[in-house]
Amino acid sequence: MAIGDNELARLRRRAAQMRLLIVEMMGPGKAHHYGGSLSAADLVTALYFHKMRYDAAAPRWPERDRFLMSKGHSVPAQYVALAMLGVLPMEELPTLKRMGSRLQGHPAMHETPGLEGCTGALGEGLSYANGMALAAPILGLSYNVYCLLGDGELHEGQVWEAVMTAAKHCLGNLVAIVDRNGLKAMDETHCGKLLDPLAARWSAFGWAVTEIDGHDLEAICAALDWSDGQQDRPSVIIANTIKGRGVSFLEGRPQFHNAQLDPVQFEQSVQELRGELDRVGGPVA
Amino acid sequence: MTSLTETRNAYGQALRELGAQRPDVVVLDADLYKSTQTILFRDAFPERFIDIGISEADMVSTAAGMAASGLIAYCNSFAIFLSGMCYMPIRTQIAYPALPVKLAGSSAGLTQGPDGASHQSLEDISLMRALPNMVVVAPADDLETRQATFAAAEWPGPVYIRLGRYPVPRLLDSAYQFVIGQATTMRAGDDVAIFATGHMVWKALEAAELLARDRVEARVVNVSTIKPLDEAAVREAAGRTGLLVTVEEHSIIGGLGGAVAECVSGIAGAPPLLRLGVRDLFGESGLADELLEKHRLTAPLIAEDIRGAMA
Repeated sequence: MAIGDNELARLRRRAAQMRLLIVEMMGPGKAHHYGGSLSAADLVTALYFHKMRYDAAAPRWPERDRFLMSKGHSVPAQYVALAMLGVLPMEELPTLKRMGSRLQGHPAMHETPGLEGCTGALGEGLSYANGMALAAPILGLSYNVYCLLGDGELHEGQVWEAVMTAAKHCLGNLVAIVDRNGLKAMDETHCGKLLDPLAARWSAFGWAVTEIDGHDLEAICAALDWSDGQQDRPSVIIANTIKGRGVSFLEGRPQFHNAQLDPVQFEQSVQELRGELDRVGGPVA
Repeated sequence: MTSLTETRNAYGQALRELGAQRPDVVVLDADLYKSTQTILFRDAFPERFIDIGISEADMVSTAAGMAASGLIAYCNSFAIFLSGMCYMPIRTQIAYPALPVKLAGSSAGLTQGPDGASHQSLEDISLMRALPNMVVVAPADDLETRQATFAAAEWPGPVYIRLGRYPVPRLLDSAYQFVIGQATTMRAGDDVAIFATGHMVWKALEAAELLARDRVEARVVNVSTIKPLDEAAVREAAGRTGLLVTVEEHSIIGGLGGAVAECVSGIAGAPPLLRLGVRDLFGESGLADELLEKHRLTAPLIAEDIRGAMA
């Protein structure tokens, strides 16, 4: 079912607000993972603000859908989503990566409310998501598990072990999303390993596959609804994205995978993202 | 002659009993369910058993996800694969958030035997002991293995249990109660204190009897929990005996010997410490007893080394 214009407009405002909050929480003069956090913002928006069965007043509710940020360096997008939902206080966002903060540089489930696991070492998250998905029927629950991976993360061999495990167990309650921004820490994701043909590979491993524009919120929501129909096998959404999406001079540049912005760059980033927020109609009340 | 039991067999039976008592226990294996004896659990509770295939790191991460969802997950493989191949997911996904995953490292030590160095885990205690929140247990006999398997389920965080395929006699009496973190004095004596773990408790007790013929009375302490170490037991022995000895079927770097050395280093006037075990070497193919002989871990050779240190 296609989402309506009002819902789409609401989600666009959420995504624009998320991007602005991501950059604002990072601030100038400190190294942060701009690129991957911004490329994932639309995907995280669609999950938390449209798709997932989630009660922000009860983030440990056993029936909740689970979201795991397997590419843990992009957790700022998730911190912002949790703050927008009220799971975390908005004032806490600027403490990101500071000494004593609950907002660790990579996800620490025992520190931060709303996180489902500890990630950061790439390649381990999909197995963990499998575990959450496998636990559901044993516990008599019927939640879905959404796991966001980076395309660079797919270089890690354990991902493909997990791909085979999920297919073997026909995990219809598992959805992998690949944030395919084409860049890793140093350069392009086709450096070091051959990933193509990516969709055909997932398909050959027994997964239901769809490929979308990862910044088209209508397409993202449609793909997430499509995954509901995959009851007898896991599904993967390959979301083609732009690393650093939303800030002109960050887009598509691997040097901003983990980098600091000087005060001028920071101010320009905030201005661009505020402009986008104004264009889509301002923050959501 | 008392009957001999391999700790892996006692574990498999205990796990099946535990599964009958606790519906929240799940068991994962990586294509070794006959070696690890999880086949007993598999046959009794197939809906709570996952043979994940030959992918140990995937198994451990999957177990972490199950544990985070409210289950108690027992992971099984050979000790070297579990501690070595899975070190990162154990560290980041299990130890860091202190999830209730129980890691049963089977066929540990030299007594793994003919498969050789690739399969003989001589470093697993060191690796697991270095992880915050991790408990490390190496039971001495079948009774203690059974109790440790149950105790692990009650413990809120992760536990590493070191198991073997070397037949050992029942050493503990039927009234024994295993408690995580408590060492047990198996034999009294104040000339020398032998701290042993796992299969080596048996060898240490036999060595103590040989020493007694020379009027050397050895205290033998079963350090079944290597972490957290029973430091009171070490301090007590350090104050009353003239020599401390550790015996382990493991590298003397970072294992029981390392743990006791760390503790002793903080005790003023402590007696010397003799660490017996594998001396910075890999294993090799051979029969279990041949390998123990080569690494001087039989009762006569342990006794001989202790006499040498006391001379």
